[in-house]
Amino acid sequence: MSDSHPEDGVDRSPFPRADVCVVGAGPAGALVAAEVAAAGHEVVVLDAGPRFDPDDRVERMERQLRPGADAPVWDIDPERDAYSSSGDRDYPLNAARVKGIGGTTLHWQGMVMRLHEQDFELRSSVGLGEDWPIDYDELRPYYAAAEEELSVSGAADNPFAPPREEPHPLPAFPPSYSDSLFAEACEAVGLATHSVPNARNSEPSDGASACVGYGTCKPVCPSGAKYEATRHVAAAETAGARVLDRVPVQRLEHDDAGDRVTAAVYATPDGEEHRQEAREFVVAAGGVETPRLLLLSESEAYPDGLANSSGLVGRYFMDHLFAGMGGTLDEPTRQKHVGFNTTESHQFYDRPDDSRTAIKLEFLNYAGPSPADIALSADTFGDELLDEIREGYGTHVAMGALVEQLPRRENRIRLDPSRTDGHGNPVPDVVWGVDATTRRTIERANEIQRGVLEELGVDIGWTVGPDNTGPAYHHMGTTRMGTDPTESVVNPQLRTHDLSNLTLAGSSVFVTGGAMNPTLTIAALSLKAADHIVERL
Amino acid sequence: MQLSRRDALAALSAAGVGSLAGCGAPVASGGTDGDGSGRTVTPNEDDDRRDDEFGGHELATMVAVAGTVYPSAVDGVEGFVRTYTDGRVDGDDAYRGGIAEAVATLDEYTEGLYDARYVDLSSEDRAEALAVMSVDDVDPHPHGTDPQRVRHYLVNELLFALYASPTGASLAGLENPPGHPGGVQSYREGPDR
Repeated sequence: MSDSHPEDGVDRSPFPRADVCVVGAGPAGALVAAEVAAAGHEVVVLDAGPRFDPDDRVERMERQLRPGADAPVWDIDPERDAYSSSGDRDYPLNAARVKGIGGTTLHWQGMVMRLHEQDFELRSSVGLGEDWPIDYDELRPYYAAAEEELSVSGAADNPFAPPREEPHPLPAFPPSYSDSLFAEACEAVGLATHSVPNARNSEPSDGASACVGYGTCKPVCPSGAKYEATRHVAAAETAGARVLDRVPVQRLEHDDAGDRVTAAVYATPDGEEHRQEAREFVVAAGGVETPRLLLLSESEAYPDGLANSSGLVGRYFMDHLFAGMGGTLDEPTRQKHVGFNTTESHQFYDRPDDSRTAIKLEFLNYAGPSPADIALSADTFGDELLDEIREGYGTHVAMGALVEQLPRRENRIRLDPSRTDGHGNPVPDVVWGVDATTRRTIERANEIQRGVLEELGVDIGWTVGPDNTGPAYHHMGTTRMGTDPTESVVNPQLRTHDLSNLTLAGSSVFVTGGAMNPTLTIAALSLKAADHIVERL
Repeated sequence: MQLSRRDALAALSAAGVGSLAGCGAPVASGGTDGDGSGRTVTPNEDDDRRDDEFGGHELATMVAVAGTVYPSAVDGVEGFVRTYTDGRVDGDDAYRGGIAEAVATLDEYTEGLYDARYVDLSSEDRAEALAVMSVDDVDPHPHGTDPQRVRHYLVNELLFALYASPTGASLAGLENPPGHPGGVQSYREGPDR
């Protein structure tokens, strides 16, 4: 059977002998696909979004640099990506997610830290959240492997980091000039700082460029130095995997007993539906679309959604909250040369007790506007504009922070039956709020930031605190991992309790979210999931 | 500060004109004229002939607008604007049309106000025309009102070309602005590098 789409001539017909069908071509799906295909198995990857042309990266960069451009950096399909937000806080779901080959790694900043040992035993150590069913030691070799896969640039100078066995694959990016301005103030207030592990090449690696300093990492890296999951999609394809774009999966079907998934039903651009059968299925569609697909796959055996005997699919949605503060110094601070950070502090990461959650502190290298930012929105021209630019650029500094949000049952992804996407499926409804413990932790982050900035002599101009905080767009927790089928959706092998051949890969399986950017843990868990799948095949 | 053809090519790179050619290896602020651009922009030394090919009047108007919105500290504006604009519209008929239409709109406005096209105005009247038209006070939009389109296609195009280039951004102390692949050394250096 053939289904060559008339627009692009791509054959999107099902593969007749697939061992594994992966839904989602972001970092989780791409890593699983590459590993399983490399082990000699037949893999099909289905993604809702398009295959972006690498040659378009520079044009996409311009969309970011020029306000007034009439297209988003990464294409949003208003019908495909429709959503609702009905919680205490509005959740702008499409602000930072990308549907397409490579997923949100096309957009991401590229910060890759391991979770701490305490993250895996939060309930038993300080009485917060829940314990994971695995500990740091179990994930540790997968973290090392993930750092290799993502060509992480890092150093062993972080006194707060969990134990590691070998250096990062590439050397860390050295500290910035503005980091050096912060150093003395941090020492004075007793704040220890260290380098940042980055998923961008400090040296050329595996055929990818070293960073050349475009300074637009988020939302687009034109040089290819920043890790994108397209690398592992390419590796999977080289190993024989078949990767289909623009084929949103509509639902999963299962056998009569409700024990095994039998097919992923997907739509092609011409409006036809097809069934991809396989021995094993992996849903790796992120913390929102993964639970949505399960909920859309309701059946007589699973009236509340596939793999949802626990009733927890979609529950415990978590994100990281941003806390920040910035202002100006009376001297040049050399911002905006690069788009990534080179110094952080994890000193306030581990929780001393149940009074607060985790805090990860960042020192920004891109505070304030660039000269072009000022010029493009200015109401003066000529020499007067140049004076305005000289006044507005060059003396800004800022600190940011990620703050942990604990899992709460009422924060959830559910279906909105009143609104449907382009295929008639109910859209995801993000029900999200910020609790008192998180607000208190944001206030604590602001206190630390204020102490450093005041010591440095900064004229503080802005604060992002508990009232104006927003999400970091790290969607976690909606198909949590555990050993008790009544309290979790997947087991420690990332396989659902209900269906024996269905694996969920990605941040949806996180039990707690910590305050570290999640992608390295997503990658480590995906490599672990791939091992288990290969063992079963 | 002298604007060069290299600056125009760097601005074109930031403006999304070009492929990834030249971006695969670390590039410091030096390099050949082709670095960072990708698509070859061939400067035409014969201005008269080029004027016949892509609206000499449009180019002259772009140069005139640049003379108004650029600071007096920069030299070489005409060559910079012509090289940048040539590259910007090459192969992009929609953008070429947008510029031409914005120039016509601006001319229509100044002919009503001063009975002359924009390029024929004194430098004082050129500045006044943009202000009276409220070009300094509107958000740019390619499909917006007359002032919004003039702001988008003429004023902001030129401001972006200048201040996204290393030479233009250096006027404010930033020699490696966003969009320019200027390497990963400058971010470590202090102001007295």
